[in-house]
Amino acid sequence: MHGVFDIIGPTMIGPSSSHTAGAARLGKMARIILGENPATAVIELHGSFAQTYRGHGTDKALVAGLLGYTTDDVRIKEALSIAPQSGLDITFRIIDLGDSAHPNTAVFHLTGVHGRQVKVVGASTGGGSIIITEIDGYTVELTGEYHTLISIHQDKPGVIALITHMLAQDSVNIAFMRVSRREKGSQALAIIEADHALPEHILTAVSSIPSVKLALLIPPL
Amino acid sequence: MKINFTRIDEMIAISDSLQKPLSSVILEFEAQRSERPQNEIWTDMKASLKVMRTAINEGLAQTDKSFSGLVGGDANRLINKINNSPGLTGSISAHAAAYALSVSEVNASMGKVVACPTAGSCGILPGALLAAGEALDADDDDLVRALFTAAGIGMVIAENASIAGAIGGCQAECGSAAAMAAGAITDMAGGTPQQVSHALALALKNLLGLVCDPVAGLVEVPCVKRNAFGAVHALLAAEMALAGIESVIPSDEVISTMHQIGLSMPRALKETSEGGLAKTPTAISITARLQAGKPANL
Repeated sequence: MHGVFDIIGPTMIGPSSSHTAGAARLGKMARIILGENPATAVIELHGSFAQTYRGHGTDKALVAGLLGYTTDDVRIKEALSIAPQSGLDITFRIIDLGDSAHPNTAVFHLTGVHGRQVKVVGASTGGGSIIITEIDGYTVELTGEYHTLISIHQDKPGVIALITHMLAQDSVNIAFMRVSRREKGSQALAIIEADHALPEHILTAVSSIPSVKLALLIPPL
Repeated sequence: MKINFTRIDEMIAISDSLQKPLSSVILEFEAQRSERPQNEIWTDMKASLKVMRTAINEGLAQTDKSFSGLVGGDANRLINKINNSPGLTGSISAHAAAYALSVSEVNASMGKVVACPTAGSCGILPGALLAAGEALDADDDDLVRALFTAAGIGMVIAENASIAGAIGGCQAECGSAAAMAAGAITDMAGGTPQQVSHALALALKNLLGLVCDPVAGLVEVPCVKRNAFGAVHALLAAEMALAGIESVIPSDEVISTMHQIGLSMPRALKETSEGGLAKTPTAISITARLQAGKPANL
């Protein structure tokens, strides 16, 4: 069952919940996944995003999200001119990901101010809801509705057990969990979504596991 | 007591058994669902009301066009007309239409709105409710209560049908918004829960089958003006229900019907811009101009 504010809400900058509000949330999620302020962004637009992005302000909203703005921030309208002033270099491209990709898909190639790079693929699925489907080549399903822990680590026995043990010690209830890897023994990615806030020391603890290359905490959008 | 409903008749039965108004039942439901205190939820809804009111005032004054140039300035035109000469539709209806246009135009020009239930239909509920509120001398608490009633109706529709144009056509967006507004206004005007149910059924029935055919894929044509019609439509449904006029088909059956109609509606008429008004010669040339990076040049 939906909640009251799924119906009366979200409060948002128009004109489209999927092409504007959802786009802003995609940008914001990509920024959080990068883990630092973005310095350059190449954004590829597919499908309906590619066809109607100007009229819906999808480009402005995606960039606003990269700047960290929420869906109701009146600065969204000016995001394309604010970005260069904030040291964010933006390039848009139109791509065709084929019929199997969601029509409202954006691909972000981001480089942060400290040099971290990430590729994030996500789609706006309607009503402002989003799904991140790929991070650096790993298949994921990330909706931004839950408190989420992401770990990129070496694929070897015991890493997941260590992480879940740490969560259990803090009485964190795992709502959803997904583990994927590129190939056996290489880098793997774990996404853990929880009902309640994940304490900051979990991030420190997970980051300190020797096999973990990167850990991120993502609050609900 | 654990509050749970997925149908309008269940929502009314809970209201009857607890001897509480619909708005209180829905507020309690949300408090249980979200595990948040009622006063916080109330404050958030009051903030939504403020955004709605600001959008109305902003849009009435604004004569700017949207990015495409297809819409903008019509709320201003209509409010000037009703302020300067006696209207044909009556003051409350004309104001509801002007307010609804206003919010939708603000949406189209990248201003701040509350999606209710969607951005494409964001003018109907605030337009009709605030115009009715002025006529009924309602205060902010009355309006916030009405917004909870509207939310409850929308939740049931989302559960049993859809509020997305891509799934159910415009009936799912503007139809749902008009049903929510009709029920909320009936409640605010002192109607019984049964009358609320009839009001939403009457409003929704008359918008069944409405297709979603936006020109150039934008939330502009015919969406913005359709919001004005939806707001007046909601007021009339409330007026009829408050007079004791009943919908022969109960609201829950109308909602299921909307779902069935949405399923059988061709894809071309569900927000794909592959049919309806979006495929008229004028729309095709507008689309071509916009895709070439030129203004729509009406």
